[in-house]
Amino acid sequence: MKPKLNLKKQSIRIVVAIAMAFGLFSCAKKEDKDAQYYQDIKVEGQKEAELTAPPLVPKPVGDRPAMKLIVNMEIKEQEGEMADGVKYTYWTFGGSVPGNFIRTRVGDEVEFHLKNHPDNKMPHNIDLHAVTGPGGGATSSLVAPGHEKVFNFKTINPGLYVYHCATAPVGMHIANGMYGLILVEPEGGLPPVDREYYVMQGDFYTKGSYGEQGNQPFDMNKAIKEDPDYVVFNGKVGSIAGDKAITAKVGETVRIFMGNGGPNLVSSFHVIGEIFDKVHIEGGEMINKNVQTTLIPAGGSAIVEFKVDVPGTFILVDHSIFRAFNKGALGMLKVEGDENKKVYSGTTQEGIYLPEGGTIQNMPKENGTAKSVVAKTVPEQIKSGKELYGRTCFACHQPSGQGIPNAFPPLVKSDFLNANPDRAINAVLHGLSGEITVNGKKFNNVMTSQNLTDDEVADVLTYVYNSWGNNKTVITPARVKAIRAKPAPKAVATH
Amino acid sequence: MFLQKKISVFLALFTATLFGQQEKMVPIKEGSFVPLYGATNKKPVKVASFEIDVFPVTNAQYLAFLKKYPEYSRSKMKGIFADKSYLSHWQSDFDYGTNNLSNAPVTNVSWFAAKKYCECQGKRLPAMDEWEYVAMADEKRIDARTKEAFNKYIMSWYEKPKTYANPIGQTFKNYWGVYDMHGLVWEWTADFNSIFLSGESRKDKDTDKNLFCGSGSVNATDLMNYAAFMRYAFRGSLKARYTTRNLGFRCAKDKVALVKTFQNLR
Repeated sequence: MKPKLNLKKQSIRIVVAIAMAFGLFSCAKKEDKDAQYYQDIKVEGQKEAELTAPPLVPKPVGDRPAMKLIVNMEIKEQEGEMADGVKYTYWTFGGSVPGNFIRTRVGDEVEFHLKNHPDNKMPHNIDLHAVTGPGGGATSSLVAPGHEKVFNFKTINPGLYVYHCATAPVGMHIANGMYGLILVEPEGGLPPVDREYYVMQGDFYTKGSYGEQGNQPFDMNKAIKEDPDYVVFNGKVGSIAGDKAITAKVGETVRIFMGNGGPNLVSSFHVIGEIFDKVHIEGGEMINKNVQTTLIPAGGSAIVEFKVDVPGTFILVDHSIFRAFNKGALGMLKVEGDENKKVYSGTTQEGIYLPEGGTIQNMPKENGTAKSVVAKTVPEQIKSGKELYGRTCFACHQPSGQGIPNAFPPLVKSDFLNANPDRAINAVLHGLSGEITVNGKKFNNVMTSQNLTDDEVADVLTYVYNSWGNNKTVITPARVKAIRAKPAPKAVATH
Repeated sequence: MFLQKKISVFLALFTATLFGQQEKMVPIKEGSFVPLYGATNKKPVKVASFEIDVFPVTNAQYLAFLKKYPEYSRSKMKGIFADKSYLSHWQSDFDYGTNNLSNAPVTNVSWFAAKKYCECQGKRLPAMDEWEYVAMADEKRIDARTKEAFNKYIMSWYEKPKTYANPIGQTFKNYWGVYDMHGLVWEWTADFNSIFLSGESRKDKDTDKNLFCGSGSVNATDLMNYAAFMRYAFRGSLKARYTTRNLGFRCAKDKVALVKTFQNLR
């Protein structure tokens, strides 16, 4: 009696769902037809799916027929680095964060083998948003360490989907890195492009704040308050920056399969200096064109495509911009090739802007000498320098001077600073640009000149030199004044 | 003979288990507590007095057992009683090899094997409620579950890799004199599968409610639930023939059998 009743309920639900679907997409009937059509696609042959760690993706499906696809996914709990010197125990699908990329085509019959490594401590499972069925597979896949679960599903909706672990506490499993992307390509595959990459954003919650060294355990309280210490692409700070930046050549079309694992934050994905020619909104079929920033929900995705027309380094960010510069959500796309001055000229002229006209003046620099009053003691200098640092410098160099890998050099135990205080004074007075090497790492960025008095420059540098293991140099206002009097060192060519 | 006894008394806490098959046990006084799961209407569960092993069973002890009962050795073990990874980290049937410490907890044993081991010692596996009752004690109190530091200690273990290779007795000694309830390995209980968590946690509505019921932050109770939840979730993923690298066991026995313990000792 009871099962029958349930069945009836279920069928009513299905009818309602279908009716709703028709109602919603009445102007796009083709898709409705397809959903049924995809279910009926026969598979030809069988193969093991190629799985890749980010930022790589498996080969496109092209025009292959639907197949039986074997996916072997191994879960590993392993220690990794969230940032330089910051250790974190990640839980991973396939040993990477985000997990290995799975590439299928619509109509494929996937035989999913979920393997929990014997050394692991936790049971896990998987919920694939590409699955039509209870729990997205999670109800069938709870697997103890040292064991394997197998379940099957047919891909009946093309799109880019998130998968993740759904074992309680779900948020913790996701926060530890258990998410990834599965692509279901349409028949005939996505249009070919020159470069394809896999990037996924995630927020992380650690006991210590950003940059705090050593082993950092997961912090449940911060996770519930949605107050992450790290917001990163591909599992760690700098995973696709510097030497590990993704690359392309001028004239090529780049496609990024962009996901957001969350667990909490929504991403405002933007590439500085590029406009997305095409965005598959939310990873679905609808395409928007000429998009600056696309919103990617937690547990959602987008496919973005753009042709790169000019060379340079293009910065991938979550345009909730403090996440990019203070929490790590920053990646790089390096484009090589010939300049295209028609599209972008670079700086063509540099001059002084004088709104009130009149004679040549040099306002900010004159400020420098004006205020010198009483000589401070070193502790006083450090105290006021610390306050100044908190207002002026921390945004880039970070509150504890640790900098941001591949973007802003560290001030902690900085060989660059300690080698040459005059150079440091010059950098604060006149700015600094071009490639420098700090503690063995290359940086190529621009520091703007700071509008500070001689006293202020002396204080803030004295603070920096007397913090974080630097060589305790004391900078006097007189020394700053002397350097200010000299001409600015010739800037390294800026682009 | 006499000397040997004397030594073993002296070293009892640390190494007694190395010398013989008979592990040291301690009495646990009766009491009641509210477990995270398994109590209807959140009423306290009564636990009668019993005894429990001070340490989990070690490789050396398990080897001694296998020599007595070779039908439980790796190559003879029946597939329905243990899966293929049974003792897979050992070198051979009767040799745990040089990579495993004699006094590290034996793991990769199935529930059937663990149960048999205890029965052959005149003991049994602890019931889940008994195990949880002992496990809620810290160094000083019977129930430390609301203590934040205690819960943090438990949870820090989840992030420590390869603790199964550590020797027994290196974690804290709890109120009852029992070691290694947390921080070393998971442990089998007699009725490990009596509470059903589907693993699709979002369907296990009650459990989710227990964990995160509308709270804006995690207080000590939530932390306690969350630490304990991991154990229940882990047990929920097991079948009796499963063996895993992080799963060992220890034995218990009813209080009335006290006299027998002395007999066995002799």
